[in-house]
Order: sequence, then structure tokens, then C-alpha cells
Amino acid sequence: MRCIPAKEIVAAVFEAIQYISYNPDPELHKFLVNALQYEQDELARDAIKAILENHKLSPVNRIPLCQDTGTTIVFAQIGVGICLEEPLTESINKAVRDAQKSLPLRASMVQEPLFMRKNTNTNVPAFVHIESIPGDSLILEIAQKGGGAENTSFSVMLNPSSESDEIIDLICSKVIESGSKPCPPIVLGIGIGGNFELAPILAKKALFEKLGRANSIPEYAHMEKQIVERINKQGCGVQGLGGKITVIAAHIKSAPCHIASLPLAVNMQCHVHRHTRVEL
Amino acid sequence: MRIFELTLPLSIDTIGKLKPKDKVLLSGELFTARDAAHKRLAKILKNGDDLPFDISKTALFYCGPSPAGDGQICGAIGPTTSYRMDRYVPEFLAAGLRVMIGKGERSAETNSIIRQYHALYLSAIGGISAVLSQHIVSCETYLWQELGTEAIYRMVVDSFPCYVSIC
Repeated sequence: MRCIPAKEIVAAVFEAIQYISYNPDPELHKFLVNALQYEQDELARDAIKAILENHKLSPVNRIPLCQDTGTTIVFAQIGVGICLEEPLTESINKAVRDAQKSLPLRASMVQEPLFMRKNTNTNVPAFVHIESIPGDSLILEIAQKGGGAENTSFSVMLNPSSESDEIIDLICSKVIESGSKPCPPIVLGIGIGGNFELAPILAKKALFEKLGRANSIPEYAHMEKQIVERINKQGCGVQGLGGKITVIAAHIKSAPCHIASLPLAVNMQCHVHRHTRVEL
Repeated sequence: MRIFELTLPLSIDTIGKLKPKDKVLLSGELFTARDAAHKRLAKILKNGDDLPFDISKTALFYCGPSPAGDGQICGAIGPTTSYRMDRYVPEFLAAGLRVMIGKGERSAETNSIIRQYHALYLSAIGGISAVLSQHIVSCETYLWQELGTEAIYRMVVDSFPCYVSIC
């Protein structure tokens, strides 16, 4: 057994939250620099330049990339050979509290969703998903996700006889309908299969994949390409200001499902795209 | 791209000169209000009481700032998605509001009522907080501190960049 002190986990999660709150995703930065080569719309170019300027200023001026500093989402893989001093969620929530207070980040969580909606003032709780894996490593995929893009995300239980073209149509129309609300250019995480709760988890996990990687299954890779191309022809563009770039990438993740089911979930991600991976 | 340097309050004539997709560099005093503050302001109007500030002479900025660090004027500043505030727009326009700043499309009804009142909806770019923070001259909690980021903040801005979406 390998024991990891709680202190080490808290420090690593804190460091990850700090890093992604002030530093742009390098792949996304590269994509936008390159986009200036082919985006001709004057307003869209103005917005891309402002985003790139923000990438430069945020770490230097110590101002978070976005005022919606997000809620913390963690996908944890715990090796069977690992022992912990306390439940992992407790260590993660300690780091979330520390980050809110000392960086400082915006407190964006309410304790109860419908009546009081009283702010927890600490950003806890984080949303933590735990999976058991062989070996003795602890892998944490961490994101800070804002509310705007989360609000335009959706899931639906489709008829299992649905064709891939129908799914592409549905995703494109939902994304186009959401316009500039999710803060384009966006990344789409798409979950196909699983069940009622797994499809949205797949969609969220898909956001952590390397930006613009092609799916290893050719049929899904084709769907990803179609979705990006079709949405980008519709002219919403960066922040709804027009041009060719509404979607940066679409990532599909699939899973086995019941013979009667075909769950679909799409998680939209704004251009701030704060995510990282930590291995302990 | 036409660029206008404007200072609040904006006259009907000034708003009349603007067209969608114009860029506006906005200066002056504005107030933040997002979901929770809108709910409280709407309740004041419903009771027939006076609002805590003159909304006809300022702009409402749909924004929940992040806290300022040591030695900073403000933390991260930026727009939140505006459609959530659509339900309050008719009564706020009737009470004198003319300028709103946020991000994202608004409902068809909201579009038409904003135009009926010759009011103005400006979009700011989301996710560029370090850039926008440079245009904040001062930022202080004005009302309802217990709401945290959802409190009303009074801000003075200088050449704050945004784009005309509805006018």
C-alpha cells in the first residue's frame, strides 16, 4: 500500500485550481492565435484579440481569467494500492476553501437551490466523481467550470433507432439556439450511451480530452467533424459577434447501453476552458 | 466598425445614433445587479417604493465580480448571461432604466420592449476579466453586502469596451 498524506492532496488540488484560474489552456491559446490567420470578421477578430490579451494579462496582473471563477469538478481515479488519511472529497473541499479565500476566487455556490439560495461563501462543495483503478497512483482531473455554458448544456433519452444524422441535427440546432450564451468559441463534450446519469458524465469527461483530438472510432470522428463544420457555418461566431468560429472542437465519448435506450448528453464549455490533470 | 466614446448618463439622442455591432467605450458611474439583486429591486418597485439609486441616470451591469486581492481596485470583472434578467426588464424600463450591459441574446419580447423605450442593451465579452478590470476606476459594495458577489456594486468605469446588441 502507498499512503498519500491528506496535506499533499490538498496542496496539489490548490495548486491546480490556482494554475487554471489564471493561466489559459495552452492548446486553446494556440488555436486562437492560429484563428487570427483565417477569421476575417472585424468584430470577431476584435474579440479574439481581447481574449488573447486576457491570456497575457491574467497571470501577470493576478486577475482570474473570468469573473465566474467556476465550481470545482474532479474526476478522480484511485489505485487499489493507495491508502488515504481521510475521504478524498474532504481533502478536495479543503483545497477549494483555501483557493476561494486566499487567491481569492468568487464564491459561486449556494447551499440550497430553491428557497434560501444562501451562498456557502467558500465555493464548497466540489463535484467529485471517484473511480477505482489498478495500481498505486492517484489521478485527478480538475476543472473550474462557469455557470453560463453549464446552463445551455442538455441531455435527452433518444429512440435507439435514431440515426447519426438525426443526432448531429439535434446537437447543431441546440448549440445554434444557445447563441452566445455559453461564451463561444466553445468546446462540446458529447456523451452517447450509458444511461440517464452516465451520459452527462461522459459528456463532461469528454471536455478533458486533448483539444481537437480525432475520435479513435472513425464513425464518431466523422460525427465530430460534421458537428463542428455545420455549426461554424451558421455565423454566431466568437461571443456572437459573427464570423467562422463558434465551436473549437467536439469530443464524443460513448458507452454501452440498454437495448431500449440511447441516451445523449451535451456539455458545453466556454472559451476559458479551465482544466488540468494531476498525478500523485 | 464604428467606435463611440460615451459617458453615462446617455441621452435619447445619443442612443438614437447607435446601431447594432457598433463598439462603445463607456465611461461613468454604473451599478451591478444580477439575479438576486434584481429580485430585491423588483420587490421594491412592486411595493411602490423608491429604488436605492436613480436607474435612469446610470447603467445596470449584469455582473458578479470576484473579490479584489490585496492592493487591487477590483477582482475579476465581466458580464453574466442576460436572458435570466429578461423577466424584470419591462418594469425596470418603466421605472426609467435605459442602459443594460451583459452578454448573450435576449428574448424576442425583451428585444422589442428595449426598442420601444429607445433603450440600449450592450454586450461585453465574457471571459476577459483581466482586460475589463483595467477599465475599472473604482468598485465598492453599494447595497446588500450579505449577497456577496450578488450584491449591488457601484463602479466607475473608464472606456469600458462593449458592443451594441439592441437599440
